[in-house]
Amino acid sequence: MKLKKKLSVLDQHDKFGFWGGKFGGNFVPETLKKPINDLEILFNKLKNDKKFLNERDRYFKNWVGVPTRFIKLNNLTKYVGGAEIWSKVVSDANGGAHKIYNATVHCLLAKKSGKKIICGDTGAGYAGKMLSMAAKKFGLKCKIFMGAKDIKRQQPNVKAIRRNGAEIIPVYSGSQTLVDAVSECMRFWVANCDTTAMCVGSTVGPNIFVKICGWSTSQISRELKSQILEEFGVIPNRLKLYNCVGGGSSSFGFWNEFMDYDKKQVEFIGVEAGGPSKSKKHAAPLTYGSKIGILHGAAQYVNQNNEGQIEETESISAGLDYPGVSPLHCFLKDTKRARYTAASDEDALKAFKIVSKYENIRPSLEPSHAFSVAISESKKFSKNTIVIVNSCGDAYKDRKILKKKLGVTL
Amino acid sequence: MISSISQAFSFAKKENRPALLTYTVAGDNTKKNSLKILKSISKHADICELGFPHNTPIADGGQIQTSSYRAIKNGTKFKDVFKIVESFKKSKNSKPIILMGYFNMILQYGESKFLKDCKKNKVDGLIVVDLPWPENKKFAKKCKKNSISFVQLISPTTSKNRLKSIIKDSHEMIYYISMLSTTGGKLKVSPFKIISNYKKIKRINPSKNCVIGFGITKKNIKNLKDADGLVVGSAICKEITNSLKKRQNPVTKVSNMVKNLKNKIL
Repeated sequence: MKLKKKLSVLDQHDKFGFWGGKFGGNFVPETLKKPINDLEILFNKLKNDKKFLNERDRYFKNWVGVPTRFIKLNNLTKYVGGAEIWSKVVSDANGGAHKIYNATVHCLLAKKSGKKIICGDTGAGYAGKMLSMAAKKFGLKCKIFMGAKDIKRQQPNVKAIRRNGAEIIPVYSGSQTLVDAVSECMRFWVANCDTTAMCVGSTVGPNIFVKICGWSTSQISRELKSQILEEFGVIPNRLKLYNCVGGGSSSFGFWNEFMDYDKKQVEFIGVEAGGPSKSKKHAAPLTYGSKIGILHGAAQYVNQNNEGQIEETESISAGLDYPGVSPLHCFLKDTKRARYTAASDEDALKAFKIVSKYENIRPSLEPSHAFSVAISESKKFSKNTIVIVNSCGDAYKDRKILKKKLGVTL
Repeated sequence: MISSISQAFSFAKKENRPALLTYTVAGDNTKKNSLKILKSISKHADICELGFPHNTPIADGGQIQTSSYRAIKNGTKFKDVFKIVESFKKSKNSKPIILMGYFNMILQYGESKFLKDCKKNKVDGLIVVDLPWPENKKFAKKCKKNSISFVQLISPTTSKNRLKSIIKDSHEMIYYISMLSTTGGKLKVSPFKIISNYKKIKRINPSKNCVIGFGITKKNIKNLKDADGLVVGSAICKEITNSLKKRQNPVTKVSNMVKNLKNKIL
């Protein structure tokens, strides 16, 4: 398995939609073949259409608020005493997380296709919040599927979704988290694909959804690249990009523009959710060597038992609490372009505490996983190493958990 | 040699009625009961579909989900599914059996091993919900080599060109999904419209046996009598759930229900 250069990873799949011949694809019921095909045709046409790109950029600039900041974390760098630590503060984006890029693009596509309703899944609530914001902006009716457990633990985002006029459909099946929300959303789409557009909240799902999401979040690395060049004049010799990985949309977007650099120069480190340190359950299929299976229409490394039943996950961070992972990341793992590791619930909480103590940013529990590994590895790096962590979500949504676990009031 | 699935359709045709196909989940509500249910409904049904339960079903509605979760909770594994099939096929009213489920289960079991065990236990056909055409071409060929019929699915969204290709690659039975819905949705399309879509399929190749499924209940089944076969699934799963709620025997309840369904299409 090999990564090609000068061709976007998003387009490095075969005619059946598989990356590396085995990740991704379209394992969908017959009913979805046509709506998926329609979406492919629409997206393939528009992604090269100058007018559409201008429209996207206009919304990104004036509404999402790009570029987000790229800042040096001076105090944290001093505290850690190794590499220079920087952060791309993607949580600056309208709504407080990277989910806004994908949501905006899906709503633009829905408008072009003449659909009046859009449905989407959410775990941490950010994908749902952003979709409800974008739907409102573009005059679409919006339905958000969310696990009952996540509704309880991510109340600030639940309230925001409702304020935006979207309907939340609680999902009570299975583990009542993101995996069940995605299943239920897909089932809804099967029954309503003639009138409704679907937005999959991450770089998961049937091939085209992986592509649209990755294409949308790539905004992050496009900005970052020019910000780095502005700051350093060149792409530094030792650059390390840390990002949490649940479905994998923010990390893919954070890395995409740097794909063709040698990994010795620009290294990608994906941090999955290891779950509570005392529990055997986790949401880290890449780190812990889960087998390839099919989840939500795509082949990927996924937590499952030997019969092929998808296993329940456990993580303090609802956004990473997913048994599978993007086919793109499976591909980046097997081609060895990216390195994957996990941080536990406790690690993430500790990292949050450190980062928010030394710096004026407050990463949500998801990027706190990435900070945890970045902090511990940075100690060992030379001073001319540049470490950048994507702070892809704001912690306000986690205020209840942070209050309970750390006694912190946001 | 004519396959037992084709024979079942010819038999129904001789009686001037559509074939009745039932769907139940292996291991629902217990491993023993699901075998008993099969044995008792096979007096009235022409072909029995048996689901192997998956916990992340993206095309099933609430009723089949409930049955599947119940079966998984009972510890139903592939070896149990095959055991049920084996005993059923040995029983005196045995009918052709079609296993139905999601591809990940087959993938984890191993495609070749799965087909070998299907053949060994006399499975007649397979429906794989999330392995559409053309992705299923290779697997369908493998099935045929093992004398197992691979059932292609067709939906109202299937385009005309695609329809032709799917029918060309199909075996003796085709499954037409009545409407845009997960299994067990309320029939939101008129039976007239469904039958007219069904006839479009038949016109392309009249020799293929085409069944209609999704949303069929005792209330609407007789309006769809023109089809080669009709599948009732969620309504049966619902009957099992209801009988458990009322502490009734699911075996007799389901058996009576299938008998009633049959009477409506005679």
